[in-house]
Amino acid sequence: MSTIFIIIILLLGFVITFQIAKASEYVSVLKGEKKAFENNNRINGFLMMVFLVAGLIGVYWCNELFKGKVLGEAASQHGKQIDSMLHITFIITGIIFIITQVLLFWFAYKYQYSEKRKGYYFPHDNRLEMVWTVIPAIALTILVGFGLFYWFRITGDAPKDALQIEVTGKQFGWIFRYPGKDEIFGKKYYQNISDAKQNSLGLIWDDPATHDDIVVNTTMYLIVNRPVKLIINSRDVIHDVGLAEFRMKMDAVPGTPTTMWFTPLYTTEEKKKMTHNPDFEYEISCDQMCGSSHFTMRGVIKVVTNEEFILWRAKQKSNYASVFENTPAAPGKTDSSNMKAAAVINTNAASKSVAQKN
Amino acid sequence: MSNEATLHGHSEVGTSHDVHHGEHEIHHHKETFITKYVFSQDHKMISKQFIITGIIWAILGGLMSVLFRLQLGYPDSSFPILEDLLGKWAKGGKIQPEFYYALTTMHGTVLVFFVLTGGLSGTFANFLIPLQIGARDMASPFLNMLSYWFFFLASIIMVCSLFLETGPASGGWTVYPPLSALGDANNGSKAGMDFWIVSMAMFVVSSLLGGLNYISTILNMRTKGMSMTRLPLTIWAILFTAILGVLSFPVLFSGLILLMFDRHGGTSFYLSDIFISATQKALPNEGGSAILYQHLFWFLGHPEVYIIILPAMGLVSEVMAVNSRKPIFGYMAMVGSLFAITILAFLVWAHHMFVTGLNPLLGSVFVLLTLLIAIPSAIKVFNWITTLWRGNIRFTPAMLFAIGFVSLFISGGLTGIFLGNSTLDIHLHDTYFVIAHFHIVMGVSAFFGMFCGLYHWFPKMYGRYMNNTMAYIHFWITLIGAYLIFWPMHYEGLAGMPRRYLDYSGWSSFNQFGDLNRFISTVAMVVFAVQLMFVFNFFYSIFKGRKVTSENPWGATTLEWTTPIRPGHGNWPGEIPEVHRWAYDYGKDGRDFISQTEPIGANESSH
Repeated sequence: MSTIFIIIILLLGFVITFQIAKASEYVSVLKGEKKAFENNNRINGFLMMVFLVAGLIGVYWCNELFKGKVLGEAASQHGKQIDSMLHITFIITGIIFIITQVLLFWFAYKYQYSEKRKGYYFPHDNRLEMVWTVIPAIALTILVGFGLFYWFRITGDAPKDALQIEVTGKQFGWIFRYPGKDEIFGKKYYQNISDAKQNSLGLIWDDPATHDDIVVNTTMYLIVNRPVKLIINSRDVIHDVGLAEFRMKMDAVPGTPTTMWFTPLYTTEEKKKMTHNPDFEYEISCDQMCGSSHFTMRGVIKVVTNEEFILWRAKQKSNYASVFENTPAAPGKTDSSNMKAAAVINTNAASKSVAQKN
Repeated sequence: MSNEATLHGHSEVGTSHDVHHGEHEIHHHKETFITKYVFSQDHKMISKQFIITGIIWAILGGLMSVLFRLQLGYPDSSFPILEDLLGKWAKGGKIQPEFYYALTTMHGTVLVFFVLTGGLSGTFANFLIPLQIGARDMASPFLNMLSYWFFFLASIIMVCSLFLETGPASGGWTVYPPLSALGDANNGSKAGMDFWIVSMAMFVVSSLLGGLNYISTILNMRTKGMSMTRLPLTIWAILFTAILGVLSFPVLFSGLILLMFDRHGGTSFYLSDIFISATQKALPNEGGSAILYQHLFWFLGHPEVYIIILPAMGLVSEVMAVNSRKPIFGYMAMVGSLFAITILAFLVWAHHMFVTGLNPLLGSVFVLLTLLIAIPSAIKVFNWITTLWRGNIRFTPAMLFAIGFVSLFISGGLTGIFLGNSTLDIHLHDTYFVIAHFHIVMGVSAFFGMFCGLYHWFPKMYGRYMNNTMAYIHFWITLIGAYLIFWPMHYEGLAGMPRRYLDYSGWSSFNQFGDLNRFISTVAMVVFAVQLMFVFNFFYSIFKGRKVTSENPWGATTLEWTTPIRPGHGNWPGEIPEVHRWAYDYGKDGRDFISQTEPIGANESSH
């Protein structure tokens, strides 16, 4: 009912506008085209100025309104660098924005039609054009310089002591693998993947390095102030590990592992206090369209102290253990199809896992 | 259709297909309804076909955005009327996720390709090239007609895909594989994706036929005296647009062919190491690269945004000079910057891929090349502003939209400096910041360019004016609305809010914008309603608008205003006029304007 009501109101509004528009056309014919034109021109010229002033106030107001809602304190060292790059860019583009918009609308207002004025024949001026080629070039050199300086620091090699975690995206969730005590990720092959057999990553049990690998879903644990290197994979389509609080992002591409590293600066508990929000969590959002439940593909990161992390890891059972808990003589008795697949691709998988170890 | 119809045009600069000799009067063929309105080879009619198809597409595409904005603004409400209209796609009056993604995908595809490429270039290239360079028609009117009909065919296929049981393509307008290659991973990647690919293939054919025609017409069929440096900027812009299209659309085509092979031929160009959760099956494909597709796609995809914006720039430059009553400032710099943008357009595609695992060194090269584009863009903006300076500005609806275009182009261009810088792109990639950026700089801006062109050349197209009052309302609400919709989205993007989510309530990082989303949705609906008013104004004015009474109502210098008020096929009843000067002699030597056809006077100052 209300929908119909709204439609009727819209239609009525439309008819009225149309009638006014038609009437004003007749009036302009009666009054004389020239007079009507001058009148309209004055109104539009005035509105140009109104729009400029209201627009600039609006931009300022919008900034004030959202100040607290957008960039919270970046939670990683890289994030702080990105934020300072943001500020540099804001300042430079902000100045250009205000100058150009003011000139545009102010000129439009100031040089609106007047019977007395004639357009000034001014086809070109090499000096002026030189000025506004060189100035943007300088501004951009500054931005490129700062940008690349930070870019190479952020994308450079991870420190040697970085915690290594393998992140795998799937429709629609996240799987995390920790290498276990040997600090080596065991080999895996995607043909071995079977959710029914609790092997969600396709680990090859013949490789002893897999035996202590810990595989968990949804929640990833990180150690505060310890660099972490994520080795990012996908099981099916392209996903993206989006870490808004850490200002980091990297695609998860099936068949092509990617990496990123950063250093978390605040534990989840600290961040709860900083934000005065007892429910605060670091979230992993999938930032690459991955299917109909893309918008629910949420992961959680718990940043904890080293002691808490060790305690947490000690409580985790390895993937291998939870699969073969009740059948001790496990590795030799994995079913034959797995064995075959593993044999066929052994070299292939080996080279991949080497790549992942780095 | 007789072959005669294609050849009765007769260009002054002799071209190879001159069959008739020595006759200068227009042939009056008996035209049937079919040859005049349907399978017409008159560039003016083809241009009208493009704009009307474009308008229909724009309404559809806009309506899709209203539907998904409804979901974004009111994620908790249900609208029973939607279920009545859309059936299972809006079960319980709520837009279903699959349908939401189909809507966003189609909205992007429709507006980027069918409206702002087909509708914008197709309309103004066809209409303005022969009229402004002084030719009777395109180099090949027949190919030109085919160009429209391939566009029409592409449209029909795309519309059909909306009615498939599994729905149209829904993997985003960029249709990245593996999602777009695997029907099991996404319903929209079933038949809908095949329709999408076939439709786009037809679209590429249309675009190539059109583009080759535009280029050859501009290069070969200019009237006597119309040297390249005397061309209006609209023609320069269209020339560069056509070159971009001809060189980049085939790359998209090749990318889509490979995608088709992966979908149905068992190849592994883009597929590797895939296990599908829905079917619990691992696929046999190994060794492919999903990133390869992105390179192929963006090799078109980036030039594509310039294919959209360059014609708008051309239209705006022309309209701005006419209505400021002074020459466009820095004509050669304007041409030079168009050229620079065209070259750079091919060298920046990987800035869409900074976070795909691209080698950081390669990324840095693309940062440099991307930010270089800001220089020609800045030159253009300053030249437009200087064109206004000390002008005598008439705020015709076209001029208002031209000024609005520059404002939006500045706003959207500056946020491009954020996104082109890889360091910031890490945080801003695939967030609402990107949505805000490209909607302002190529979506709304290009629409402003298109409106600017339509209001300005409507009298030439239909011999009538559009209603001014409605045009003013249209302009102000659209400009204000565009800023109200897209400006706040920057803030959402800064918070890292990802695009392509239909409900943020499950996220503690992004759920602080509920009110804002509702506000944006409301404004979007108002702006959409005002666009419908424009459409009404357009069609109403075709039949009932105030009649044009003089050949040159805007006091413009260019050739199209030397034709009769309603030009026939062939454009000029007598000989094609000769050109003696550039297109921008406004306010020279105390004269309001000097038409291009007027010989240089003895005492005239040189510029």
